[in-house]
Amino acid sequence: MKAFAQLLDRLSFEPSRNGKLRLMADFFRRTPDPERGYALAALTDTLKFQHAKPALVRALLEERVDPVLFNLSYHYVGDLSETAALLWPAAAHPGEPPLLSEVVMTLATTSRAAFPRQLTLWLDTLDEIGRWALLKLITGSLRIGVSARLAKTAVAILGGHEPNEIEDVWHGLVIPYGQLFAWMDGTGPRPASVDPAPYRPAMLAHPLEERDVASLDPKDFSAEWKWDGIRVQAVAGHDADGRRIAKLHSRAGEDISAAFPDLIESLRDPRFGDSALDGELLIMREGRVQSFGTLQQRLNRKTVSVKAMADYPAHLRAYDLLAESGEDLRSLPFTERRERLEALVDRLHDPRVDLSPIVAFDSWEQLAEFRADPVQAGAGPDADAIEGLMLKRRESAYVPGRPKGLWFKWKRNPFNVDAVLMYAQRGHGKRASFYSDYTFGVWRGTPEAQELVPVGKAYSGFTDEELTRLDRYVRNNTTSRFGPVREVEHTTEKGLVLEIAFEGLNRSTRHKSGLAMRFPRVNRIRWDKPTGEADRIEVLESLLNSPNER
Amino acid sequence: MCRGLTEICTRSRSFFVATLPDPFTVGFVRTQDILTLTPAGIYCPAGDFFVDPMRPVGRALVTHGHSDHARAGHDKVMATAPTLDIMDVRYGQDFTRERQVAVLGQAVRIGDVVITFHPAGHVLGSAQIAIELDGFRVVVSGDYKRSQDPTCLPFEPVQCDSFVTEATFGLPVFRFPDAETEARKLLASQALFPDRTHLLGAYALGKAQRMIRVLRDLGYDRPIYLHGSMVRLCDYYGRAGIDLGELRRVDPAQRGRLGGEIVLCPPSTLKDTWARKFPEPITVAASGWMRVRARARQKGVELPLIVSDHADWPALCATVREVGCSELWVTHGEADALVHWAGMQGIEARPLHLMGYGEESDEALDEAA
Repeated sequence: MKAFAQLLDRLSFEPSRNGKLRLMADFFRRTPDPERGYALAALTDTLKFQHAKPALVRALLEERVDPVLFNLSYHYVGDLSETAALLWPAAAHPGEPPLLSEVVMTLATTSRAAFPRQLTLWLDTLDEIGRWALLKLITGSLRIGVSARLAKTAVAILGGHEPNEIEDVWHGLVIPYGQLFAWMDGTGPRPASVDPAPYRPAMLAHPLEERDVASLDPKDFSAEWKWDGIRVQAVAGHDADGRRIAKLHSRAGEDISAAFPDLIESLRDPRFGDSALDGELLIMREGRVQSFGTLQQRLNRKTVSVKAMADYPAHLRAYDLLAESGEDLRSLPFTERRERLEALVDRLHDPRVDLSPIVAFDSWEQLAEFRADPVQAGAGPDADAIEGLMLKRRESAYVPGRPKGLWFKWKRNPFNVDAVLMYAQRGHGKRASFYSDYTFGVWRGTPEAQELVPVGKAYSGFTDEELTRLDRYVRNNTTSRFGPVREVEHTTEKGLVLEIAFEGLNRSTRHKSGLAMRFPRVNRIRWDKPTGEADRIEVLESLLNSPNER
Repeated sequence: MCRGLTEICTRSRSFFVATLPDPFTVGFVRTQDILTLTPAGIYCPAGDFFVDPMRPVGRALVTHGHSDHARAGHDKVMATAPTLDIMDVRYGQDFTRERQVAVLGQAVRIGDVVITFHPAGHVLGSAQIAIELDGFRVVVSGDYKRSQDPTCLPFEPVQCDSFVTEATFGLPVFRFPDAETEARKLLASQALFPDRTHLLGAYALGKAQRMIRVLRDLGYDRPIYLHGSMVRLCDYYGRAGIDLGELRRVDPAQRGRLGGEIVLCPPSTLKDTWARKFPEPITVAASGWMRVRARARQKGVELPLIVSDHADWPALCATVREVGCSELWVTHGEADALVHWAGMQGIEARPLHLMGYGEESDEALDEAA
């Protein structure tokens, strides 16, 4: 527990991805089995136990600490687990701290009634950092900025493997992952993948740059629309008992099947076979693809109601086939995979699953016209849900990750709005010392009494030189500070206008403006433009009402 | 009057306080008869001097050299020899018209009071000041700590009737590990990231030298690099007999080559353009504030080291008990919790909320460059 606690502590402060990988790889290298396996389970959020309630932690503490001192401390620290970790009185005879494996196994078997006593015993043996880590673990909120994927990548580094190789076998593994670490250490074979419907790491595209176009031959590429949904992998197979299993995975490999029983039913169809299909999850109503905002009604849910399924029917628009009847197709050229995909979708004959059509073109100029006006190019009413174009090299195998030169995304021109810089915050990693996160707003209210209302936050879109200049601007025009945030001068007379590009707009109850922007970034810095001429909120609201006018 | 009698009287006073107000105390000395609060700071009318005044005064008794306690421009300054030296290094030799060296443990009469300086364990030269009038002793502690520090004399508990304490870390969440444990974290990180520069933010006076000395005691013998503003005080520590090993001033042009090295700088420079030129710098900070994660995160610290030159909560409580005081004045910091705790111990405690202390500001440090 001690080494694991120190790892969590270090990770919670480490901003850089490489730094985190280094810390984890070092930990996995130095920590014996099964401790490192349980740590991996904790980091990938695969441990299953009844989480402790904060109220219990609080109650234990109130038995031990003067209430006035507890409250003063809690208000100062601002986090219950951390307050408890720091306030817990040192035990007279602390005893040996538990191993992480001990904690995990005990949690799985301890009754609710016996738990407070068990927790007390552990807290007595640990130091501040150990107590903090234990409380974070048992309350189920690690929040140290490490994704499951990153933890697996660290394991892969250990054995000099690719992270995707870990993904391939991950579903067949059991905690504490002895087989996996033996494979990484070179003392055991590659574990068999026994997941009947495994996730296969996705192939991703690079944005198409102007300069790419000149060097690419249109004949080498196949084009499709880029749909404004979420990328999913639909997979079916048979388990050891011969039962048919179907799963829907997100792009990152998360199993989201439980939220889409309507689609899963389609995939269970024997005509789908033991196949793996890459496609876009959309909401389809009366034959029309709905906006991303509508799709969001069904995202990030653990389960789904019958009503939600009826109101927001899920649909799969297929664009690639990774496996068919148990055969791995990923090494085949795109054109062959596409032929087999077309045949499969035809055979399946399910209204919930259709093909993403191929957009035929002769030249880049022609394709540029299609991109500008998908309706003219035959996209019909679905043009609303088109983000741009995907270009896939005809000869390309399905390569996990983001390989160079094979797939490109060519997005439609984004929306633009002129907004005023309101607040700035320092960035992370390389940008740690720069004010690189910008909150911007647009005008609201009558011209006599108008105020800026924040509508979004941008972190990118500027060059290093521009960043240096923005950073200097922020430092020289700060009007107040709130912790790490600087308020930057923003009146009708003084301030800085940023031209913000964004991909779309949704209604939001979380934001003061009632709007949430998708992927906003700084398009241009308008050093020249007076703040009074920045856009008004009505401009954005009109976009909301007619989401497809660009 | 003997101390024991004072204690009894003070206790009985607090016992009867509800029914028998002022007249009962007439004839007994209390803290407010010796010290009063003025806009310039704590003043002793019977000796006509201030302790750590925040603006220029006629006579100042200075506990230690941090810029929030030791300011330039007083007519006369009495302090320990190292504190006077430090003020000289920081402000130049004209920082005062007349210097008076306070010898530790030596009683000196000033006006109607007798004062004695005692070591406070905070930084080199730091002292508590005991002030006695008619057998009533007040100790103004200045800033102090109880943990071990190889760069200064340890805190010496002085029995007193009234104790004037700081409470920078006056909350029970502040319990500090020993400095060696924390310094080992820095060395472990250096071993794990041998190509990155470890930028250690530490106050130029006291913390910097303590961290260097602790690293040396752990066997770290490579050169340690210093931000320009730290050089003079480190040199002074060397002259004062504290061996800090090989120190090198950072040459701005060479910053790109200091991968794998430990570089000390004032906390304010951690996020400056100055810090950007090192290879993948890791932001390290040594401070008691690092005990609280949110504080470390707000400062953008990637490797927090919990090392403080102030007393943590157990040390504050232990010290108040040890000096045996019946009255407690809390100058600055998290006074509320300490005042509450003292009340539970039957000690009459009062928060002063003195503004201006506890702000050894980064700007001031940079001025000292």
